[in-house]
Amino acid sequence: MAQDDYVQFVGVQKTYDGETLVVKNLDLNIRAGEFLTLLGPSGSGKTTTLMMLAGFEVPTHGRIFLDGKPIDHVPPHKRNIGMVFQNYALFPHMTVEENLAFPLNVRKIGKAEIETRIKRALGMVQLSNLGKRRPGQLSGGQQQRVALARALVFEPKLVLMDEPLGALDKQLREQMQLEIKHIHRNLGVTVVYVTHDQSEALTMSDRVAVFNDGVIQQLAKPDDLYERPQNSFVAQFIGENNRLRGKVVAMNGTGCQVEIDGGGRVEALPVKIEGVGAATTLSLRPERVRLNPASGHCSNVFEARVEELIYLGDFTRVRATVCGSSEFIIKVPNAEGAPDLVPGSSISVGWKKEDCRALDAAQ
Amino acid sequence: MTAIAENFGLDIAERDALKRRLRAVERGRRLRALALVLPLFLFILVSFVIPIGELLRNAVFDPSIRANMPQTVTALAAWDGKDLPDEAAFAALAADLAAANKAKTIALIGKRLNYELSGIRSKILVSGRKAAQLTQGPYKEAMIGIDKIWGERETWAVLKRAGATYTSFYVLDALDLGLDADGALTPTPAERAIYVTVFMRTLNISLTVTVATLLLGFPLAYLLATLPTRTSNLLMILVLLPFWTSLLVRTTAWFVLLQDNGTINDMLQALHLTSEPLPLIFSRFGTVVAMTHIQLPFTLLPIYSVMKTISPSYVRAGRSLGAGPFYAFWRIYFPLTVPGIAAGCLLTFILSLGYYITPALVGGPTDQMVSGIIERAMNSENNWGKASALGGILLFATLILYFIYNRLVGIDKIRLG
Repeated sequence: MAQDDYVQFVGVQKTYDGETLVVKNLDLNIRAGEFLTLLGPSGSGKTTTLMMLAGFEVPTHGRIFLDGKPIDHVPPHKRNIGMVFQNYALFPHMTVEENLAFPLNVRKIGKAEIETRIKRALGMVQLSNLGKRRPGQLSGGQQQRVALARALVFEPKLVLMDEPLGALDKQLREQMQLEIKHIHRNLGVTVVYVTHDQSEALTMSDRVAVFNDGVIQQLAKPDDLYERPQNSFVAQFIGENNRLRGKVVAMNGTGCQVEIDGGGRVEALPVKIEGVGAATTLSLRPERVRLNPASGHCSNVFEARVEELIYLGDFTRVRATVCGSSEFIIKVPNAEGAPDLVPGSSISVGWKKEDCRALDAAQ
Repeated sequence: MTAIAENFGLDIAERDALKRRLRAVERGRRLRALALVLPLFLFILVSFVIPIGELLRNAVFDPSIRANMPQTVTALAAWDGKDLPDEAAFAALAADLAAANKAKTIALIGKRLNYELSGIRSKILVSGRKAAQLTQGPYKEAMIGIDKIWGERETWAVLKRAGATYTSFYVLDALDLGLDADGALTPTPAERAIYVTVFMRTLNISLTVTVATLLLGFPLAYLLATLPTRTSNLLMILVLLPFWTSLLVRTTAWFVLLQDNGTINDMLQALHLTSEPLPLIFSRFGTVVAMTHIQLPFTLLPIYSVMKTISPSYVRAGRSLGAGPFYAFWRIYFPLTVPGIAAGCLLTFILSLGYYITPALVGGPTDQMVSGIIERAMNSENNWGKASALGGILLFATLILYFIYNRLVGIDKIRLG
């Protein structure tokens, strides 16, 4: 329990029906000033975790600490946590300014101070001239900014965001991701962010907790998560991933040999395997596969048949059959000297031992 | 000229041709839309617009005197009303009464004049019989001799006013007003002035019922909207159950419950809470209770359906921003339910204005509402002028209230769900 842990979940469990646990034995420490994302498919327990922190759900077991103090019996309105909701939840019968004034009025702040703070908050989200409008008269992106300003206007130390960008189109979403990131950096607040969009999580977060089945599968920095997934769920959920199933046949100090079910023997990096003879899933990022590798450069070299080419502008996705798997994807950058590929042709592909991670055989 | 300009820069002839083609295409669709609306439009016209128009006309249109006393009406046209009319008018009166007596329409004259001069009906019947025997003048003395009402200026003033095709009598009477012999507006004598009281009572009862249904319905609607669907569906059936029962049956059931030796009074006495039966029935209490019971779903359902659409995240947002449960409810949830409250209350209030079976069955003599008086005017008194005037005023008052309501709440805000 480090000194700068602002939020702590200790052995938290949650069940709604008394039969299945939505959140199983959650231990999670969130550092002050950190941008932490809870990422996972729907039903993985990430939103429940957020709601327990906000105070709208009560843990069935375990405790939650905020700034070192247990908050099990603190009602939501006394937790002083800012929250941005999925559909913004702006009060439709109030103007933008009244929405922003709401948390300040509740706190009995003086009128002049309220006006200054509203002005500052609207300036922060670049909506200074829309204070008199009602939420219904704003676009989705503008409503999102107002919701953000409202969650920050009373200067909470912790802000929760529940898929706040889910309703926006791609371009606006990417723009808002950067804006939220900048606001977080400027204000130094702690942000707990829930999303099911892995690219959003990678873009914005200091750390990402990947949820599945009520359990945190891996809690790591974005680059660690992508490049060093600890299990096959994380490898599959984050980014594009080639999977090869097989059986461990030999192990030495730094590597292992895996007999692929579809044929072929691969040198891999043992990460989460039980030992010789155990089933495993190999995880390999498509951009780490080389075409026609120079001899001696890659420890794994195989013959592949090109099945399909998908042109994506900056690169071409090549679907090929490798080691009996016809879903093998290779990303070929659209650079000078890129090989001219034809569906049906045979090529040689290779990858390094370190890029091929031997993980659990689950799923 | 570029290709684009050639394509879009149509000259006038081309544009007209284009418009014609568009109209030809649209015509079929317009006709089809019209054909779909037409049956409903005709139905509303026949069953709603025409009867209401007829009702409003009946309130001011009454040709019975003009039709049955044509000579008198003509003779009185030049009368200045200051003194008794001249001999010619009396002669016309005698001739008209004699003719009406013979044609057996004299009862209509008596009935119409009796509205304004009570007790005149029998005198007119007698005058008619005797006038038939008069053969020569001077008619003035003869008629006054038959009955001295013909020597009174007021009788003639009423006769002259009633002789016009359009009369203000029914409308004024329904407002407890009348015209004296000089045509000046005077209030109806206190012992006969009942209509203003009845109107105020109608508004009062309707308002009480509306407030009662709101106080009972709002918490229930909130409960129904927040409970899990399975439980709330079950409760909703209980709410709707009385809705599916006939109004008469429900009112009679209250009759059984509320009467002096009914269930409630028996229970109160068995518990020694009272020694004598409480006057639960034939009282304002009984009327309001029975009407509230019937109207409850009308107020509740719009509120419920609006509450169903309010996302729980609004109140959650309020709570996360620091508002306590009550403050969040009052400042955030309640304002969002106002459109439903407005719709439900307006519905109940307007429906309550029209009640007459329930007050007639469980109300006392001082609980009769306007609709009851209208019903009696039509069915017992056969006085369509009075019924129409009362109905017209009720309609007018409702429209005024609706207008005020619109100013206060905004009709565009009303939502039924």
